[in-house]
Amino acid sequence: MSTSTTTSAPVAVTDKKEIEKSGGFTAAAANYLDERTSISAAVKELGRKIFPDHWSFLLGEVALYSFVIILISGTFLTFFFQASMAEVHYDGSYVPLKGVEMSVAMASTLDISFDVRGGLLMRQVHHWAALLFVAAIGLHMLRIFFTGAFRKPRELNWVIGFILFILAMAEGFTGYSLPDDLLSGNGLRIIDGMVKGMPVVGTWISFLLFGGEFPGNDIVGRLYSLHILLLPAIIVALIALHLLFVVVHKHTQYAGPGRTNQNAVGYPILPVYAAKAGGFFFIVFGVVMLIASLFTINPIWNYGPYDPSPVSAGTQPDWYIGFADGALRLIPPGLEFVWLDRTWSFNILIPLIVIGIFIVTVLIYPFIEAWITGDKREHHILDRPRNAATRTAIGAAGVTFYAGLWAAASSDIIATHFHLTMEGVIHTLQAITILGPFAAYFIAKRVCLALQKKDREIVLHGFESGRIVRLPGGEYIEVHQPIDEYERWRLVSYADFKPLMIRPDARGRITALQRLRSGLSRWFFEDRIIPVDQKEIDQAHGDHH
Amino acid sequence: MPENRTPTAARGRKAGRRHPLASIALIAIGLLFTGGAYAAFSTSTASAETDMASQQTIEEGKKLFAANCATCHGMGAEGSEDGPSLIGVGAASVDFQVGTGRMPLQMQGPQAEQKPVQFTDEQTAALAAWVASLAPGPAIPEGELLDGEGDTANGAELFRINCAMCHNVAGAGGALTEGKFAPSLSGVSAKHIYEAMVTGPQNMPVFNDMNIKPEDKRDVITYLKYLDNNPSPGGIDLGSIGPVSEGLFLWIFGLGSIVALTVWITAKSN
Repeated sequence: MSTSTTTSAPVAVTDKKEIEKSGGFTAAAANYLDERTSISAAVKELGRKIFPDHWSFLLGEVALYSFVIILISGTFLTFFFQASMAEVHYDGSYVPLKGVEMSVAMASTLDISFDVRGGLLMRQVHHWAALLFVAAIGLHMLRIFFTGAFRKPRELNWVIGFILFILAMAEGFTGYSLPDDLLSGNGLRIIDGMVKGMPVVGTWISFLLFGGEFPGNDIVGRLYSLHILLLPAIIVALIALHLLFVVVHKHTQYAGPGRTNQNAVGYPILPVYAAKAGGFFFIVFGVVMLIASLFTINPIWNYGPYDPSPVSAGTQPDWYIGFADGALRLIPPGLEFVWLDRTWSFNILIPLIVIGIFIVTVLIYPFIEAWITGDKREHHILDRPRNAATRTAIGAAGVTFYAGLWAAASSDIIATHFHLTMEGVIHTLQAITILGPFAAYFIAKRVCLALQKKDREIVLHGFESGRIVRLPGGEYIEVHQPIDEYERWRLVSYADFKPLMIRPDARGRITALQRLRSGLSRWFFEDRIIPVDQKEIDQAHGDHH
Repeated sequence: MPENRTPTAARGRKAGRRHPLASIALIAIGLLFTGGAYAAFSTSTASAETDMASQQTIEEGKKLFAANCATCHGMGAEGSEDGPSLIGVGAASVDFQVGTGRMPLQMQGPQAEQKPVQFTDEQTAALAAWVASLAPGPAIPEGELLDGEGDTANGAELFRINCAMCHNVAGAGGALTEGKFAPSLSGVSAKHIYEAMVTGPQNMPVFNDMNIKPEDKRDVITYLKYLDNNPSPGGIDLGSIGPVSEGLFLWIFGLGSIVALTVWITAKSN
């Protein structure tokens, strides 16, 4: 297509005719656009961008699509929701709440559910998609972590992604609090309690947030501004940045024949990947729609309007806040005392501090690992989790810790449904949360090393074929079948690391920090299986033949 | 009946009568009639019998009590180390505990659990009559109080304030300490709900008439019956136990199916 604007008039006319002949309307329209925006450069660049194909690379897309679904359904909900805590008597069609005093926020949410056409479906789509959004981010993060995709040059994108995860939880929690039903009010009361548990400033902050004594008349309006304006704006901006980085860095890929640190093997965005991704959006939308049309979520009509006195059995936050609720449930009693005329609620402060440390550690993990390993190379080939045994073990420990806290949020449901005592469940989960990570660390590390050994064995001697052969001398051997070269590539292409050596600095001293670093490096790489090299393969084959 | 749907039945009567399952069907129909007739007969006798004040009923109850309950509660219902005194608990308490199968106790545990009812209606009534004759106590409720025609909204509000902290807002049940629990209230009869409120079985507090008026109790029953008769407007309710079941469902079935779909999408291309 011609993008020239300096050609003389008659030539331009013939150009136009040719275009109409060759491409019809589409080509003409594309040309029109391109002459005015020079967009072809961007399309050429983006359209040829290659994306490797693997199911786990689509998890981030699932999160993105859920977010789009949330935006669409959320916009619908804003047409009808009124973020006011003024008191009204409900006069809608749900009989068990008729005449009950409640806030306008609650009444309008009930109206959305029962009196707005399609309203309940949209509420359920919004809420299910929100749960899916955070879950997809979580799974996506696990994939990134266990394959080492956060390594240079992608450390900053890990940080952005993790901030998105936190923002998604904030979005979820503010949304959960908006209907002003009993469940959301109880949730806010816990937040209020946690805020008030901060020494000295807690009460002041609580009064600032709620505009006076809890619950006040302001909180729903304030959360609404955050929920529909500020948080989504930040999320959209960060998603854009996140995706920009994906394009800039190019996508990672798993090791395989023809795949190197310098290339990307897969499909170009146009036409294959764009079509696939576009179709996948509708699949995700369809799944959410199906769930939302068949399964109730957050039945606020059961919970009724918020009233500070009742708390329902089985009151829980949505799943992604569960770990924080669990931490509060697991902390043993008796940690509260009065000192300097102030109450020090360590039963609240300890969970807050522990969760804070956990979150910050995950946030800066790429930098921690880079510092320990001293690895400054770029990595575009993903690790198989087994080949980074210590990282995988750390991940397993983190997942176990999180799972312990998470399960604790449903301690009462576990107790009733498995006929256990509440105390027994709590004590077991306390043990799992504290000891479990250590057990998980050692088990995961040993399993990784064992799998590495197995891979090594397979590369050198092939698979056991199950065919027993008797040699002329009477000796029995089992014939091993060598693996093909494609498979072998996958098994041997990973980097070998050795613990860092302590080196004196410019002044000839070895600092404590250096010692710490080399100690950590030894912990990271001490137990390792060296990848098979060509010499060993040749040697192994020599043995057989 | 299966034979009605088989093509042989459609072809003609003769084939239907000679169908291998015909005799089984005949026996089934016969049993159904006999059983139905027996049930109708026995309920009519039970309703005719509820003369709680008659000395004969009380004597009958005393015998049943001595044979089934006295081991723990004592011959005179005065209680022992293994069971509380039943003097003054009233007929309502007996009707609830025995009528829901909680008593006689199957085994010692955190609390008496529901199980198949051990006595017929008339035996339960006799037991209740005898215990009621020992000292005054709450009587078995009847009539308008149980009709479920009260004010649903008032009942729902009272339920949230007084009951939901143990039984959950939708009456799905909840956990208590040391292995005790508040049971699910779905499908519980109006009479038993009322009796539970008045007598406070197991760990439940007593809601007497000063606390919640009889009309208000009727409203609470009305709300619970509303929940029983009206399925969740949002679709399948996942047990009505709140965000835990929603989260589990989303992770297992929601994200599970989507991950399966990602595998499918990427597998096609290879």
